[in-house]
Amino acid sequence: MTETGHHGGEAATGGHGFVHIVPFRILAGVWVTLLVLTWVTVSATGVDLGRFNLWLAMAIATVKAALVLLYFMHMRYDRPINAIVFVTALLFVMLFVGFALMDTLAYQPELIPGYAPAVTQ
Amino acid sequence: MAEAHAEHRAHHFETAEQQFESGKLGMWIFLATEILLFGGLFCAYAVYRANHPEVFVWAHKYLDVTLGGINTVILICSSFTMAWAVRAAQMGRQKALVTLLSLTLLFACGFLGIKAVEYEHKWKEGLLWGKRFSADLRHGAPAAAADAATAPALPGNTDERSLIGPAASGPAGLAPAGTSGHGHDAPAEAPRNVQLFFSVYFAMTGLHGLHVLAGMAVLGWILRRSVRGDFGPDYFIPVDLAGLYWHLVDLIWIYLFPLLYLIH
Repeated sequence: MTETGHHGGEAATGGHGFVHIVPFRILAGVWVTLLVLTWVTVSATGVDLGRFNLWLAMAIATVKAALVLLYFMHMRYDRPINAIVFVTALLFVMLFVGFALMDTLAYQPELIPGYAPAVTQ
Repeated sequence: MAEAHAEHRAHHFETAEQQFESGKLGMWIFLATEILLFGGLFCAYAVYRANHPEVFVWAHKYLDVTLGGINTVILICSSFTMAWAVRAAQMGRQKALVTLLSLTLLFACGFLGIKAVEYEHKWKEGLLWGKRFSADLRHGAPAAAADAATAPALPGNTDERSLIGPAASGPAGLAPAGTSGHGHDAPAEAPRNVQLFFSVYFAMTGLHGLHVLAGMAVLGWILRRSVRGDFGPDYFIPVDLAGLYWHLVDLIWIYLFPLLYLIH
């Protein structure tokens, strides 16, 4: 059978050579980091960064998501095929949202602000 | 090695490792379909927000950031206890496994409890989706205090929103706030089509809530099996896979929280 990844951390215990157990200090570290990042993202909302508020919030969320995926969900220690499946789905969602937004934004300049014959009183 | 643990291995797998990896891959493929399912809602969110930024900026103030924040912390803690539970199962720590799974379930109940409180507020104030939307927004404040006087006023409402259905709003709905051609554009004034935000809010948090419920059912089953002593270093796949599902629920909330509650 092929070797599965043992990138650091505690090596396998028990009867199975393929089992990776995430060390407790990594789990606790990720937990604390997630709580800190939650606090950061709530605080950052109060600061006016213009349109970058949204980007900052999304960047923080993505860091949090990556931590959950890599450590809580073992992705870092798993076979790459699992990550490939998941990241492919993410990429296609981004394509989907991206194209929908391109379409939406492309039509916006053609709209006449406030011009709505159907609803003018 | 495989022969030693044959009792946990289904006959169609060559080795315990093959069984383990197949189970994991299957779960990840399922999680990928979940991402695609929520992807549709995230797309709806993006398009609505791009077309009606003023609605999102205005309406998100009706969500309680404190409750949303507490729920975020609760879910992160539940993810932590879940990951820890998988570790306990892998190491054969029976008592720790049962305790940690119970804690995870408790956090899940807390999340849903807070969500129920939030939904109840929205329900009472009429901050609902689409045509069910009936809040009095003219004073720019939650209608709770005034709702005895104004909430049932929908039929004879002079509020223009109730005279013009969402379907007829068409192009005007796409106009940015402040240029919509109406005389009263005071900042406290509600923009048109505020119900859009609440449609998106209920669709996204509702589907997420259903996933929390499903996750709790799975966790309950796993907990029962752990109490029975089914899991240990030789066999922990169900705990691991239930954990993956639970983390996905957390993952989606990590995006929902800033997108719905933390709009600047």
